Amino acid sequence: MHINSNVAISDSGFIFNPLTGDSFTTNPIGLQIIEMLKNGLSQQKIITEITTKYLVESSTVEKDLRDYLSMLNSYQLGEYVN
Amino acid sequence: MNKLPYERPFIQKLNLGVMNKFGSKTELEPCTHIDGVPVKKLIEEYGSPCFVISEQKIRNNYKNAVRAFKTRYPKIQFAWSYKTNYLDAVCNIFHQEGSWAEVVSIFEYQKAIHNGVPGDKIIFNGPDKSKEDLAIAISNNSLIHIDHFDELYDLVELVQGRSLKVRVAIRVNMDTGVRPIWDRFGFNYENGQAWNAVTKIMSHPELDLVGLHAHIGTYMLVSSAYAVAANKLCDLMQQVQNRWNQDIQYLDFGGGFASTNTLKGAYLQASDVIPSIDEYAEAITATVLNFGFKQDKLPTIFLETGRALIDDAAYLLGTVVATKRLSDERRATVMDFGVNILFTSFWYDHQISPAQHFSRHSENMTLYGPLCMNIDVVRENVMLPLLNKGDQVVVHKVGAYNMTQWMQFIQMRPKVILIDMNGRHHVIREHESLETMLRYEHVPAHLKTISL
Ligand SMILES: Cc1ncc(COP(=O)(O)O)c(C=O)c1O
Repeated sequence: MHINSNVAISDSGFIFNPLTGDSFTTNPIGLQIIEMLKNGLSQQKIITEITTKYLVESSTVEKDLRDYLSMLNSYQLGEYVN
Repeated sequence: MNKLPYERPFIQKLNLGVMNKFGSKTELEPCTHIDGVPVKKLIEEYGSPCFVISEQKIRNNYKNAVRAFKTRYPKIQFAWSYKTNYLDAVCNIFHQEGSWAEVVSIFEYQKAIHNGVPGDKIIFNGPDKSKEDLAIAISNNSLIHIDHFDELYDLVELVQGRSLKVRVAIRVNMDTGVRPIWDRFGFNYENGQAWNAVTKIMSHPELDLVGLHAHIGTYMLVSSAYAVAANKLCDLMQQVQNRWNQDIQYLDFGGGFASTNTLKGAYLQASDVIPSIDEYAEAITATVLNFGFKQDKLPTIFLETGRALIDDAAYLLGTVVATKRLSDERRATVMDFGVNILFTSFWYDHQISPAQHFSRHSENMTLYGPLCMNIDVVRENVMLPLLNKGDQVVVHKVGAYNMTQWMQFIQMRPKVILIDMNGRHHVIREHESLETMLRYEHVPAHLKTISL
């Protein structure tokens, strides 16, 4: 997924989309995922990063990441690539 | 390296300006223990879902209700409304506290007898009493509350010419200012039906009119409705005294006091709007005391309070089966309990707490039950922490009507656990199994075998 370049993201998890005027809040892990997406990491790589750092099964992360990306997409914060 | 605790990623749109000024924090407090017993342990031992009842809470509720009435009026008698929750263990807590039994079918009647309630301490209400049922009640000297003329005529046929004095009351319905008027049960006060019923009873010496009964509705939000009801019953009692010199011994005000559950769609939390038990008690007792009866002729006040005595004494423990997104992005959480065992989710926005500690994030979600049916919605909209498969929750205030109106549909009914005064837990009803169901079925010989 590609995060839209004009989306403003603060360290505290506050997100502003100037295109739609909508504001959002995300939790620390959501923020890390957005950072990783901005840095061009693949979904598989993101899952590996999270399971190395957190106490969680990769199947759980896979489900949660799929859901999170669908929300970023529906809020017009990111777009699926290829 | 020690791994960090995981929380699923979460993003929420900020809707500026539509915050509820009353806040919606309450449901986020975890409920990890019930009467000192860990919820986790209860689920481990008895399975999920399961109902858990607090004996302590029932006794406290009962004592508080008795206090509210007895400090205001000399002659008070409660009768436990069996239909509200007729598990024997629950009924016997009330009976140990001094409550009689109020039943509305011969099945409930037999349950009361089985529990050891003396026949003359059973109030027999309800619209469906057969002649056989009435005969049993007569032989046990129970209080028969007549619901309609057909019942009254059946009763007359049974007693006519016999040297009996059968104790009866009539159920009276009336306009108490609350809409809709409950005029389906009993005899109407305003149009003279109640008076006609009294007249008919008084013409049969085998019948002894000892009481007048009114159950004006359920979850009554205004205590003043009881003052109106009390006034009308007192008036009827006075007229009977004037006309036949017959002393009515008791006035029964039925049930109907609200519990602290919030009605579906209500804007305010129930605890902020419902009358207290003291307010109901004041409305009833002040009216009867001030009506003008002589001290030695004061009627006993009977109460058949149901939900207000038991609702908050029971919990339903359950587990998250799955979480998903609906087509409009709303979060949906599927629980292992639904309207099959939580019938009252049709009426109430039940308070639901996570059973474990959570981070500060929460999201709005719809809670579904496990049934493959569209009606199976436990909460249409509830703010809860980020729940995951396997997480446990506690549904509060489920003591009234669920363990009697639950249905065996798609799923079996679960165990019911009682936590006693010393924190020990007991199974008071077993969960159902395939065997339970098969016990009642018969397959004709030609249908015994199949080959596919
Ligand atoms: C005759 C009678 N008494 C008592 C009750 C108990 O009512 P509640 O649970 O509202 O107190 C009912 C319930 O409908 C009833 O029909």
